[in-house]
Amino acid sequence: MTQTFLNAVFLENAVLEAEVTKLGCNIPAARKTGTTICGVVFKDGLVLGADTRATEGMIVADKNCSKIHYISPNIYCCGAGTAADTEMTTQIISSNLELHSLSTSRMPRVATANRMLKQMLFRYQGHIGAALVLGGVDCNGPHLYSIYPHGSTDKLPYVTMGSGSLAAMAVFEDRYKQDMEEEDAKRLVRDAIAAGIFNDLGSGSNIDLCVITKGRVDYLRPHDMANKKGVRTGNYKYKQGTTGVLTKSVIKLDLEVVEETVQTMDTS
Amino acid sequence: MPLSQLKDSVPVTGMGPQVGAYGVQDTLRSGFSSVKNELLPSHVLELSEKNFQLNQDKMNFSTLRNIQGLHAPLKLQMEYRAARQIQRLPFLQSSHLALDTLKGNDESISFEDILNDPAQSEMMGEPHIMVEYKLGMM
Repeated sequence: MTQTFLNAVFLENAVLEAEVTKLGCNIPAARKTGTTICGVVFKDGLVLGADTRATEGMIVADKNCSKIHYISPNIYCCGAGTAADTEMTTQIISSNLELHSLSTSRMPRVATANRMLKQMLFRYQGHIGAALVLGGVDCNGPHLYSIYPHGSTDKLPYVTMGSGSLAAMAVFEDRYKQDMEEEDAKRLVRDAIAAGIFNDLGSGSNIDLCVITKGRVDYLRPHDMANKKGVRTGNYKYKQGTTGVLTKSVIKLDLEVVEETVQTMDTS
Repeated sequence: MPLSQLKDSVPVTGMGPQVGAYGVQDTLRSGFSSVKNELLPSHVLELSEKNFQLNQDKMNFSTLRNIQGLHAPLKLQMEYRAARQIQRLPFLQSSHLALDTLKGNDESISFEDILNDPAQSEMMGEPHIMVEYKLGMM
Protein backbone atom coordinates (compact mmCIF):
# COMPACT_ATOMS: atom_id res chain seq x y z
CA MET A 1 0.00 0.00 0.00
CA THR A 2 2.90 2.36 0.62
CA GLN A 3 3.91 2.02 -3.03
CA THR A 4 0.64 3.47 -4.32
CA PHE A 5 1.02 6.42 -1.99
CA LEU A 6 4.58 7.01 -3.10
CA ASN A 7 3.52 6.93 -6.72
CA ALA A 8 0.80 9.46 -5.97
CA VAL A 9 3.44 11.94 -4.77
CA PHE A 10 5.58 11.34 -7.85
CA LEU A 11 2.81 11.64 -10.34
CA GLU A 12 1.11 14.63 -8.86
CA ASN A 13 4.30 16.61 -9.03
CA ALA A 14 5.06 15.53 -12.58
CA VAL A 15 1.49 16.24 -13.71
CA LEU A 16 1.45 19.62 -11.93
CA GLU A 17 4.68 20.61 -13.63
CA ALA A 18 3.26 19.69 -17.05
CA GLU A 19 0.04 21.61 -16.44
CA VAL A 20 1.81 24.73 -15.16
CA THR A 21 4.22 24.92 -18.08
CA LYS A 22 1.28 24.53 -20.42
CA LEU A 23 -0.26 27.65 -18.87
CA GLY A 24 3.00 29.50 -19.54
CA CYS A 25 4.37 29.90 -16.02
CA ASN A 26 7.91 28.83 -15.22
CA ILE A 27 8.66 26.42 -12.46
CA PRO A 28 11.05 28.26 -10.06
CA ALA A 29 14.64 27.14 -10.52
CA ALA A 30 15.82 24.71 -7.90
CA ARG A 31 18.41 26.19 -5.59
CA LYS A 32 21.76 24.65 -6.54
CA THR A 33 25.01 24.75 -4.70
CA GLY A 34 27.29 25.60 -7.66
CA THR A 35 30.12 24.57 -5.51
CA THR A 36 33.64 23.63 -4.78
CA ILE A 37 33.96 20.65 -2.47
CA CYS A 38 37.00 18.47 -2.00
CA GLY A 39 38.64 15.97 0.29
CA VAL A 40 42.15 14.67 0.89
CA VAL A 41 43.51 11.73 2.88
CA PHE A 42 46.55 12.44 5.05
CA LYS A 43 48.63 10.38 7.43
CA ASP A 44 46.17 9.80 10.30
CA GLY A 45 42.85 10.75 8.78
CA LEU A 46 41.28 13.01 6.23
CA VAL A 47 40.29 16.62 5.60
CA LEU A 48 37.05 17.65 3.88
CA GLY A 49 36.61 21.17 2.56
CA ALA A 50 33.76 23.19 1.05
CA ASP A 51 32.87 26.75 0.11
CA THR A 52 29.67 28.34 1.45
CA ARG A 53 27.74 29.89 -1.46
CA ALA A 54 24.33 28.64 -2.62
CA THR A 55 23.06 30.01 -5.95
CA GLU A 56 19.60 30.25 -7.48
CA GLY A 57 20.30 30.79 -11.15
CA MET A 58 22.41 33.95 -11.27
CA ILE A 59 21.64 35.12 -7.75
CA VAL A 60 23.38 34.15 -4.55
CA ALA A 61 20.65 32.60 -2.44
CA ASP A 62 22.69 31.92 0.68
CA LYS A 63 26.02 33.60 1.46
CA ASN A 64 26.92 31.23 4.25
CA CYS A 65 25.35 27.82 3.81
CA SER A 66 26.78 24.70 5.36
CA LYS A 67 27.75 22.06 2.81
CA ILE A 68 29.51 19.57 5.06
CA HIS A 69 26.77 17.32 6.38
CA TYR A 70 26.90 14.97 9.34
CA ILE A 71 26.40 11.31 8.55
CA SER A 72 27.68 9.65 11.70
CA PRO A 73 30.15 10.61 14.45
CA ASN A 74 33.06 9.39 12.34
CA ILE A 75 31.71 10.07 8.83
CA TYR A 76 30.96 13.41 7.15
CA CYS A 77 29.75 14.17 3.64
CA CYS A 78 30.10 17.27 1.44
CA GLY A 79 27.30 17.85 -1.05
CA ALA A 80 27.19 19.60 -4.43
CA GLY A 81 24.25 19.89 -6.82
CA THR A 82 20.67 20.66 -5.84
CA ALA A 83 20.76 21.84 -2.22
CA ALA A 84 17.55 20.10 -1.12
CA ASP A 85 18.62 16.82 -2.70
CA THR A 86 21.99 16.75 -0.93
CA GLU A 87 20.41 17.79 2.37
CA MET A 88 17.63 15.18 2.36
CA THR A 89 19.78 12.41 0.91
CA THR A 90 22.45 12.83 3.57
CA GLN A 91 19.82 13.00 6.32
CA ILE A 92 18.12 9.81 5.14
CA ILE A 93 21.42 7.95 4.86
CA SER A 94 22.46 9.27 8.27
CA SER A 95 19.25 7.89 9.83
CA ASN A 96 19.61 4.56 8.08
CA LEU A 97 23.24 4.30 9.12
CA GLU A 98 22.33 5.02 12.73
CA LEU A 99 19.68 2.28 12.69
CA HIS A 100 22.15 -0.09 11.05
CA SER A 101 24.84 0.71 13.59
CA LEU A 102 22.41 0.14 16.48
CA SER A 103 21.42 -3.17 14.95
CA THR A 104 25.02 -4.37 14.47
CA SER A 105 26.36 -2.72 17.68
CA ARG A 106 29.39 -1.46 15.79
CA MET A 107 30.73 1.87 14.59
CA PRO A 108 29.45 2.42 11.03
CA ARG A 109 31.91 2.00 8.17
CA VAL A 110 32.41 4.43 5.32
CA ALA A 111 31.92 1.63 2.78
CA THR A 112 28.41 1.04 4.20
CA ALA A 113 27.46 4.67 3.78
CA ASN A 114 28.92 4.64 0.27
CA ARG A 115 26.91 1.60 -0.74
CA MET A 116 23.67 2.93 0.71
CA LEU A 117 24.15 6.23 -1.15
CA LYS A 118 25.04 4.67 -4.48
CA GLN A 119 22.15 2.21 -4.38
CA MET A 120 19.69 4.98 -3.63
CA LEU A 121 21.05 7.35 -6.29
CA PHE A 122 21.06 4.60 -8.93
CA ARG A 123 17.49 3.68 -8.07
CA TYR A 124 16.41 7.23 -8.99
CA GLN A 125 18.48 7.24 -12.18
CA GLY A 126 20.14 10.61 -11.64
CA HIS A 127 16.91 12.54 -11.00
CA ILE A 128 18.20 13.21 -7.50
CA GLY A 129 20.89 15.79 -8.29
CA ALA A 130 23.34 15.09 -5.51
CA ALA A 131 27.10 14.87 -6.13
CA LEU A 132 28.80 13.96 -2.87
CA VAL A 133 32.25 13.68 -1.36
CA LEU A 134 32.00 11.14 1.46
CA GLY A 135 34.80 10.74 3.95
CA GLY A 136 35.36 9.16 7.32
CA VAL A 137 37.62 7.15 9.57
CA ASP A 138 36.49 3.69 10.64
CA CYS A 139 38.11 0.54 11.96
CA ASN A 140 40.00 0.06 8.69
CA GLY A 141 41.48 3.55 8.54
CA PRO A 142 40.54 6.71 6.62
CA HIS A 143 38.44 6.36 3.46
CA LEU A 144 37.39 8.94 0.87
CA TYR A 145 34.75 8.39 -1.81
CA SER A 146 33.25 10.59 -4.50
CA ILE A 147 29.66 9.78 -5.48
CA TYR A 148 28.06 11.04 -8.70
CA PRO A 149 24.31 11.73 -9.17
CA HIS A 150 23.75 8.64 -11.30
CA GLY A 151 25.23 6.33 -8.69
CA SER A 152 28.85 5.70 -9.70
CA THR A 153 31.49 6.01 -7.00
CA ASP A 154 35.27 6.35 -6.88
CA LYS A 155 37.53 5.56 -3.97
CA LEU A 156 40.55 7.86 -4.17
CA PRO A 157 43.12 9.61 -1.97
CA TYR A 158 41.97 13.07 -3.14
CA VAL A 159 38.71 14.11 -4.82
CA THR A 160 36.95 17.29 -5.90
CA MET A 161 33.33 17.88 -7.01
CA GLY A 162 31.12 20.75 -8.07
CA SER A 163 31.45 23.57 -10.57
CA GLY A 164 34.81 24.61 -9.11
CA SER A 165 36.17 21.09 -9.12
CA LEU A 166 38.63 21.71 -11.94
CA ALA A 167 40.22 24.68 -10.18
CA ALA A 168 40.52 22.69 -6.95
CA MET A 169 41.82 19.61 -8.73
CA ALA A 170 44.56 21.71 -10.35
CA VAL A 171 45.84 22.63 -6.87
CA PHE A 172 45.63 19.01 -5.70
CA GLU A 173 47.44 17.62 -8.73
CA ASP A 174 50.25 20.09 -8.17
CA ARG A 175 50.82 19.69 -4.45
CA TYR A 176 49.39 16.39 -3.23
CA LYS A 177 51.84 14.01 -1.54
CA GLN A 178 51.15 10.74 0.20
CA ASP A 179 51.15 10.68 4.04
CA MET A 180 51.04 14.43 4.63
CA GLU A 181 50.89 15.97 8.06
CA GLU A 182 47.60 17.42 9.32
CA GLU A 183 48.64 21.07 8.95
CA ASP A 184 49.88 20.52 5.42
CA ALA A 185 46.67 18.75 4.48
CA LYS A 186 44.54 21.58 5.93
CA ARG A 187 46.58 24.16 4.04
CA LEU A 188 46.26 22.16 0.81
CA VAL A 189 42.47 21.86 1.11
CA ARG A 190 42.14 25.52 2.04
CA ASP A 191 44.11 26.52 -1.04
CA ALA A 192 42.12 24.19 -3.28
CA ILE A 193 38.79 25.64 -2.09
CA ALA A 194 40.20 29.17 -2.42
CA ALA A 195 41.12 28.38 -6.03
CA GLY A 196 37.54 27.30 -6.63
CA ILE A 197 36.14 30.40 -4.88
CA PHE A 198 38.22 32.89 -6.83
CA ASN A 199 38.05 31.22 -10.24
CA ASP A 200 34.46 29.95 -10.33
CA LEU A 201 31.36 32.14 -10.19
CA GLY A 202 29.27 29.41 -8.59
CA SER A 203 31.51 29.23 -5.50
CA GLY A 204 32.24 31.95 -3.03
CA SER A 205 32.19 33.32 0.52
CA ASN A 206 33.98 31.36 3.21
CA ILE A 207 35.92 28.11 3.46
CA ASP A 208 34.69 25.38 5.78
CA LEU A 209 36.95 22.52 6.81
CA CYS A 210 36.28 19.25 8.56
CA VAL A 211 39.25 17.28 9.89
CA ILE A 212 38.41 13.68 10.80
CA THR A 213 40.89 11.48 12.63
CA LYS A 214 40.44 8.36 14.71
CA GLY A 215 38.43 9.49 17.73
CA ARG A 216 38.36 13.23 16.91
CA VAL A 217 36.42 15.43 14.50
CA ASP A 218 37.22 19.15 14.07
CA TYR A 219 34.41 20.95 12.31
CA LEU A 220 36.00 24.32 11.45
CA ARG A 221 33.25 26.63 10.29
CA PRO A 222 34.43 29.07 9.10
CA HIS A 223 38.02 28.10 8.77
CA ASP A 224 38.88 31.04 6.55
CA MET A 225 36.74 34.03 5.69
CA ALA A 226 38.17 34.62 2.25
CA ASN A 227 35.48 37.14 1.25
CA LYS A 228 34.77 39.51 4.13
CA LYS A 229 32.17 42.16 3.46
CA GLY A 230 33.81 45.60 3.45
CA VAL A 231 33.46 48.00 6.41
CA ARG A 232 32.18 51.53 5.72
CA THR A 233 34.96 54.03 6.28
CA GLY A 234 32.78 57.19 6.37
CA ASN A 235 29.81 58.05 8.58
CA TYR A 236 27.09 60.22 6.96
CA LYS A 237 24.95 60.69 10.06
CA TYR A 238 24.54 64.32 11.21
CA LYS A 239 25.65 65.18 14.73
CA GLN A 240 23.07 66.22 17.33
CA GLY A 241 22.70 70.01 17.21
CA THR A 242 23.77 70.47 13.58
CA THR A 243 20.42 72.05 12.77
CA GLY A 244 19.88 75.20 14.82
CA VAL A 245 16.52 75.48 16.69
CA LEU A 246 14.68 78.81 15.97
CA THR A 247 11.37 78.47 17.90
CA LYS A 248 9.81 75.86 20.12
CA SER A 249 6.08 75.55 21.05
CA VAL A 250 4.46 72.82 23.14
CA ILE A 251 0.72 72.04 22.70
CA LYS A 252 -0.82 69.90 25.45
CA LEU A 253 -3.46 67.42 24.24
CA ASP A 254 -6.23 66.86 26.81
CA LEU A 255 -7.37 63.29 26.60
CA GLU A 256 -10.23 62.04 28.76
CA VAL A 257 -10.64 58.44 29.81
CA VAL A 258 -13.74 57.05 28.03
CA GLU A 259 -13.68 53.37 28.97
CA GLU A 260 -11.54 51.25 31.24
CA THR A 261 -11.51 47.44 31.10
CA VAL A 262 -9.44 45.04 33.14
CA GLN A 263 -8.50 41.64 31.66
CA THR A 264 -7.12 39.22 34.19
CA MET A 265 -4.23 37.05 33.01
CA ASP A 266 -4.10 33.46 34.11
CA THR A 267 -0.59 33.29 35.54
CA SER A 268 -1.02 29.95 37.33
CA MET B 1 -16.87 -16.86 5.41
CA PRO B 2 -13.71 -19.06 5.66
CA LEU B 3 -10.64 -17.06 6.76
CA SER B 4 -8.47 -18.26 3.88
CA GLN B 5 -10.69 -16.49 1.40
CA LEU B 6 -10.32 -13.06 2.97
CA LYS B 7 -8.49 -10.67 0.72
CA ASP B 8 -5.12 -9.51 1.99
CA SER B 9 -5.28 -5.95 0.78
CA VAL B 10 -8.05 -3.66 -0.22
CA PRO B 11 -7.56 -1.05 -2.95
CA VAL B 12 -7.66 2.44 -1.52
CA THR B 13 -9.81 5.22 -2.94
CA GLY B 14 -8.32 7.07 -5.82
CA MET B 15 -8.68 4.73 -8.77
CA GLY B 16 -10.74 6.25 -11.55
CA PRO B 17 -12.10 9.78 -11.99
CA GLN B 18 -12.85 11.51 -8.72
CA VAL B 19 -16.24 13.15 -8.71
CA GLY B 20 -16.88 15.98 -6.28
CA ALA B 21 -19.92 18.16 -5.77
CA TYR B 22 -22.20 18.75 -8.75
CA GLY B 23 -20.73 15.74 -10.56
CA VAL B 24 -17.70 17.73 -11.78
CA GLN B 25 -14.11 16.51 -11.47
CA ASP B 26 -12.74 17.53 -8.07
CA THR B 27 -9.44 19.26 -8.92
CA LEU B 28 -8.74 20.44 -5.39
CA ARG B 29 -8.73 16.96 -3.86
CA SER B 30 -7.54 14.75 -6.66
CA GLY B 31 -5.41 17.04 -8.82
CA PHE B 32 -5.39 17.48 -12.55
CA SER B 33 -6.76 14.55 -14.48
CA SER B 34 -6.39 13.53 -18.07
CA VAL B 35 -6.99 10.25 -19.82
CA LYS B 36 -3.37 10.26 -21.02
CA ASN B 37 -2.08 10.31 -17.46
CA GLU B 38 -4.09 7.26 -16.54
CA LEU B 39 -2.88 5.27 -19.52
CA LEU B 40 0.74 6.36 -20.02
CA PRO B 41 3.36 6.93 -17.32
CA SER B 42 3.67 10.65 -16.54
CA HIS B 43 7.22 10.40 -15.19
CA VAL B 44 10.17 8.41 -16.48
CA LEU B 45 10.60 6.62 -13.20
CA GLU B 46 6.92 5.86 -12.58
CA LEU B 47 6.92 2.28 -13.76
CA SER B 48 10.30 1.53 -12.23
CA GLU B 49 9.21 2.87 -8.85
CA LYS B 50 5.82 1.19 -8.95
CA ASN B 51 7.44 -2.20 -9.34
CA PHE B 52 10.57 -1.53 -7.33
CA GLN B 53 9.62 -3.49 -4.21
CA LEU B 54 8.22 -6.35 -6.27
CA ASN B 55 11.37 -6.62 -8.36
CA GLN B 56 13.61 -6.45 -5.31
CA ASP B 57 11.65 -9.25 -3.68
CA LYS B 58 11.74 -11.37 -6.82
CA MET B 59 15.50 -10.90 -7.11
CA ASN B 60 16.10 -11.72 -3.46
CA PHE B 61 13.88 -14.78 -3.49
CA SER B 62 15.47 -16.17 -6.62
CA THR B 63 18.99 -15.66 -5.18
CA LEU B 64 17.86 -17.34 -1.96
CA ARG B 65 16.42 -20.25 -3.93
CA ASN B 66 19.70 -20.70 -5.80
CA ILE B 67 21.77 -20.63 -2.63
CA GLN B 68 19.67 -22.48 -0.07
CA GLY B 69 17.12 -24.40 -2.10
CA LEU B 70 13.42 -24.06 -2.69
CA HIS B 71 12.42 -24.42 0.96
CA ALA B 72 13.93 -21.08 1.98
CA PRO B 73 11.82 -18.69 -0.15
CA LEU B 74 8.82 -20.95 0.37
CA LYS B 75 9.02 -20.69 4.15
CA LEU B 76 9.60 -16.93 3.99
CA GLN B 77 6.66 -16.32 1.70
CA MET B 78 4.46 -18.40 3.95
CA GLU B 79 5.46 -16.22 6.88
CA TYR B 80 4.83 -13.06 4.86
CA ARG B 81 1.36 -14.26 3.95
CA ALA B 82 0.56 -14.99 7.56
CA ALA B 83 1.92 -11.66 8.78
CA ARG B 84 0.04 -9.74 6.11
CA GLN B 85 -3.24 -10.91 7.56
CA ILE B 86 -2.56 -9.27 10.94
CA GLN B 87 -4.32 -5.99 10.41
CA ARG B 88 -7.25 -3.89 11.49
CA LEU B 89 -10.38 -3.36 9.44
CA PRO B 90 -9.39 -2.15 5.98
CA PHE B 91 -10.33 1.51 6.33
CA LEU B 92 -8.38 1.92 9.59
CA GLN B 93 -4.63 2.46 9.85
CA SER B 94 -2.81 -0.76 10.72
CA SER B 95 0.79 -0.71 11.82
CA HIS B 96 1.87 -3.85 9.85
CA LEU B 97 4.48 -4.34 12.57
CA ALA B 98 4.98 -8.09 12.03
CA LEU B 99 5.23 -7.68 8.27
CA ASP B 100 7.69 -4.81 8.58
CA THR B 101 9.87 -6.75 10.98
CA LEU B 102 9.93 -9.75 8.64
CA LYS B 103 10.79 -7.62 5.63
CA GLY B 104 13.39 -5.60 7.51
CA ASN B 105 11.56 -2.30 7.00
CA ASP B 106 11.75 -1.59 10.72
CA GLU B 107 15.47 -0.89 10.31
CA SER B 108 15.36 1.53 7.42
CA ILE B 109 13.88 4.95 6.66
CA SER B 110 12.96 5.97 3.17
CA PHE B 111 10.84 8.55 1.37
CA GLU B 112 7.61 6.63 2.10
CA ASP B 113 8.11 7.26 5.80
CA ILE B 114 8.68 10.98 5.38
CA LEU B 115 6.47 12.06 2.48
CA ASN B 116 2.78 11.36 2.04
CA ASP B 117 2.27 9.55 5.33
CA PRO B 118 -0.98 7.55 4.85
CA ALA B 119 -1.81 8.12 8.51
CA GLN B 120 -2.19 11.81 7.69
CA SER B 121 -4.12 11.39 4.47
CA GLU B 122 -7.18 13.67 4.24
CA MET B 123 -9.37 11.12 2.54
CA MET B 124 -10.72 7.88 3.91
CA GLY B 125 -12.19 4.94 2.04
CA GLU B 126 -15.84 4.05 2.29
CA PRO B 127 -15.92 1.72 5.37
CA HIS B 128 -18.82 -0.48 4.27
CA ILE B 129 -17.60 -1.01 0.73
CA MET B 130 -14.05 -1.75 1.83
CA VAL B 131 -15.15 -4.34 4.35
CA GLU B 132 -17.45 -5.92 1.80
CA TYR B 133 -14.57 -6.13 -0.67
CA LYS B 134 -12.32 -7.73 1.93
CA LEU B 135 -14.89 -10.35 2.81
CA GLY B 136 -15.36 -11.11 -0.85
CA MET B 137 -19.00 -10.06 -0.91
CA MET B 138 -18.43 -7.50 -3.66
